[in-house]
Amino acid sequence: MSREEMDALAKERLVGIARGWYDQMRDGIVPFIRLPTRTKQNIAYDDATEVWKYGDKESTRSAATEKSAVHLLKMAYVIWFLKKQLVENRSSTLRELYYISEGWKKAKFAAQDESNLLIEDLEIIAEVQREAFHLRPEEDGASIFGPLRIRETTRRGVREMHCQEDVGEAGYPIPNNVDSLDFIEHDAKFVIAIETGGMYARLMENGFDEEYGAVLVHLKGQPARSTRRVLRKLNDSLGLPVVVFTDGDPWSYRIYASVAYGSIKSAHMSELLATPQAQFIGVQPSDISDYNLPSDKLTEQDVNALKAELTDPRFATDYWRNQIHLQLDMKMKSEQQAFASRGLDFVTKEYLPTRLSEMGVI
Amino acid sequence: MVLAEDLAKQQRSISVAEFFEKNKHLLGFDSPTRGIITTIKEAVDNALDACEEAEVLPDIFVGVKKVDAEVYRITVEDNGPGIVPENVPLVFGKLLYGSRFHQIRQSRGQQGIGISAAVLYAQLTTGTPALVTSRTGSKARAHRFELMIRTETNEPEVVSHEEIDWDRMHGTRIEIQFKSSLAAKKRLVDYLRLTAIVNPHARITADIDGEVTTFERVSSEVPPCPKSILPHPHGIEFGALKRIAAASTGTVEEFLVGSFSRVGKKTADEMIALAKLKPSRKVNKLESDELKRLLDAMQAVKVPAPPAQQCLSPIGEDLICRGLEKEIQLDFIKARTRPSTVHGGHSFIIEAAIGYGGRIPAEGNAQIFRFANRVPLLYQQGACAITNCVSQVNWKGYGLSQQGLPMGPALIMVHVASTNVPFTSESKDAVASIPEIEREVVLVLQELGRELKSYLSRRDKKKQQDDRARAICSIIPEIAAKVSEIVELPLVDTSPIEGKIMRKVVAKKRTNNGQVHIDVNNYTAREVTFVLYNLSRDAAADADPRPDFVDDIDGEYNKVWRCTLGAGAAWQVAYTGAGDGSLDLRGMEDGMKVVVDLDV
Repeated sequence: MSREEMDALAKERLVGIARGWYDQMRDGIVPFIRLPTRTKQNIAYDDATEVWKYGDKESTRSAATEKSAVHLLKMAYVIWFLKKQLVENRSSTLRELYYISEGWKKAKFAAQDESNLLIEDLEIIAEVQREAFHLRPEEDGASIFGPLRIRETTRRGVREMHCQEDVGEAGYPIPNNVDSLDFIEHDAKFVIAIETGGMYARLMENGFDEEYGAVLVHLKGQPARSTRRVLRKLNDSLGLPVVVFTDGDPWSYRIYASVAYGSIKSAHMSELLATPQAQFIGVQPSDISDYNLPSDKLTEQDVNALKAELTDPRFATDYWRNQIHLQLDMKMKSEQQAFASRGLDFVTKEYLPTRLSEMGVI
Repeated sequence: MVLAEDLAKQQRSISVAEFFEKNKHLLGFDSPTRGIITTIKEAVDNALDACEEAEVLPDIFVGVKKVDAEVYRITVEDNGPGIVPENVPLVFGKLLYGSRFHQIRQSRGQQGIGISAAVLYAQLTTGTPALVTSRTGSKARAHRFELMIRTETNEPEVVSHEEIDWDRMHGTRIEIQFKSSLAAKKRLVDYLRLTAIVNPHARITADIDGEVTTFERVSSEVPPCPKSILPHPHGIEFGALKRIAAASTGTVEEFLVGSFSRVGKKTADEMIALAKLKPSRKVNKLESDELKRLLDAMQAVKVPAPPAQQCLSPIGEDLICRGLEKEIQLDFIKARTRPSTVHGGHSFIIEAAIGYGGRIPAEGNAQIFRFANRVPLLYQQGACAITNCVSQVNWKGYGLSQQGLPMGPALIMVHVASTNVPFTSESKDAVASIPEIEREVVLVLQELGRELKSYLSRRDKKKQQDDRARAICSIIPEIAAKVSEIVELPLVDTSPIEGKIMRKVVAKKRTNNGQVHIDVNNYTAREVTFVLYNLSRDAAADADPRPDFVDDIDGEYNKVWRCTLGAGAAWQVAYTGAGDGSLDLRGMEDGMKVVVDLDV
């Protein structure tokens, strides 16, 4: 879909929402919207797409109470603003939208969380992503480094670059709107998504990308939407296997889960954001003992998080159950950079190749 | 042997005054701060009791004045019947001297300890005598005494006595000086306020170190003075029975019928038969074991409850509400007076009230006001059976949150009126736990709780309706304006929604560019006639249609329109102005109308 077509679709969908309310009011009906309930209880696994999506539970928000009426009024203002932005071919950040609402009197947002949630609601109702509204998050996406040539359509023209030859040490920064990104050619065998910047730099310095044909993707902690979309796109359109390399603690396993299965907040876009084929490479709890890694004691919160994961359907596999029980027994956690205790080359020469061949990736 | 003789030299009787000198806390004089409150409480109790007996509307003055760094002079003056000069020294200078101890009826004071204890306390802390002035009527002159108590003998000592001129026709004034502090000033004012609440016929003026507060009366009717009744056969103990039997000259039957309330010939015969006695036996000749049998029989036979109307003086639901509302601003108030019941042969009546909202603090526990025989109980709330009953009730079911005690902007008032209020101690701070009383208190609180719940749900419903009205009349039109702009179509009319949802008469005011618009829509199915009041600074000289009436109140104009609107019809007025002020629609019940001010 071209940019113009996308803009036209977004505008049509937005105006369609307003038109629905217009017709309701004309017919003497208090205007309302219907939305899936956005909670953990209303998340279901979709066999066809292999991702977690919203279930059947819906809630209706009708302007019959002051609070709900104000919510709809805010939504009307946002739609009005987004339509104008699309017509004028401008764009804004989520934070800018929040500040723009300053002048909307009763429709003014109390906090940015409120405007962010409302935009997600609009994504769900309009069935397009916020990028189509010309809205972008302020956090930049993470970066890519590897044997891959890409083409990005920027405001100032089309740019082509190779993610090893044409970029600096930081790699190619992933743009907010992944739709403007195309992969032209590659010489890669797999994608490795890395939690920390330190490990990303280590792999780069050790030439891991060249030696194994790896595309390195820096997740920067819990990955932004654009980062998750790039991973999905690399997996989908290039058929590259994706492995996720994080620290060995419960919070890092959740980073893997959001890459592989999707998150609750953006379950309406799991199909675009999640990469069900993504595999977890480590640090596994068993690695901590196998490699005798330097480790820290689990805190109370860590233990609770692990126990919560035991009841999380996304971790309901024999592999995860064994690993989590193992970690609860040894009460230890390790960071991915703990491999440095066995030499700076150990992770690229020993650990990763061993794990990758175990997993059948190389 | 020698030791016993030595000890015998030290053994002697203790006068009651000496005893209390050493045990001040038993009477509520445990600290100088509390001493002030106890003294005023005792004097005010006496004043109210005396006025009630004389059937005059009490007019009581309470003064607290600092005379020295630590010394305060307490003055309490009333317009009661006065005390005859011969009795003044005894009333104020002898502990356990009083008129009400032997009577079975509701009264504030009972034993005749309180005020003389204050005199004793003054003489202990400052050594100064109490100054008492009393006049019994217009024909007599006033008598002024300086009094002290001889602690060793518990007898009054008259330091001086003179006849003086006094501008009061009748009444009593007592002045006492003692070491104290005004640290508990707030509590003192609270005590006076609470006293005013349960004595709505009294006017109390307080001058606390120059700060004058008056608690005005809300009722000009003197409550009927409770009359004393004979003891009830279920409420008598062996000692008392023995004493009155010995003083009686008649037969057992005559004794039972004549000395007890609610005992007729039939009941008396039943008791005598049960006690296996001959009805003709002289009662003062009965042996101890025979008296015991008689007592058991008296307790065993069923006897109707004592005549409560005579001996008790409940405040009444209406006066409780008026008394509370006068002192505390409330959104809701309800009071209940339960029918009289009996504990151990003593009549009692429980009265209670629940107030909500208004000026009651919304944070923390609900306020609990405890009263016994029209006297506020200020101390030992935690040890009191009333408090215990309040926490036993499940307030969550009645719409209040609860952590032991109920919480939130609520006040709970409980009054125990009885011929014998069972206190936990002589300082009369807390009601003892008596199952019959507790049962009544819980019942009355549950009854009032249901009233509170129905008020709260009415209020919530009203709130919900207002909320809905605001959404529909004020926000939906804004949504309509914005949505019409987005879809680029003519402004959608939201009045069908208004009509469909509201089904009421809707009055709206909004101001645009210096033009005030007021719309009234009748969405009901019948014709209505309304009066519209619009009070604001706008003179509305160009109003169309003209108001039927304009009232100019200090630069504010109250504009009034009268109009009759058919079902589904609309009416409007516009004028030049700033538009603030208020709007009201009258001429129909509240449930039928919705008034929305879109300017706020």
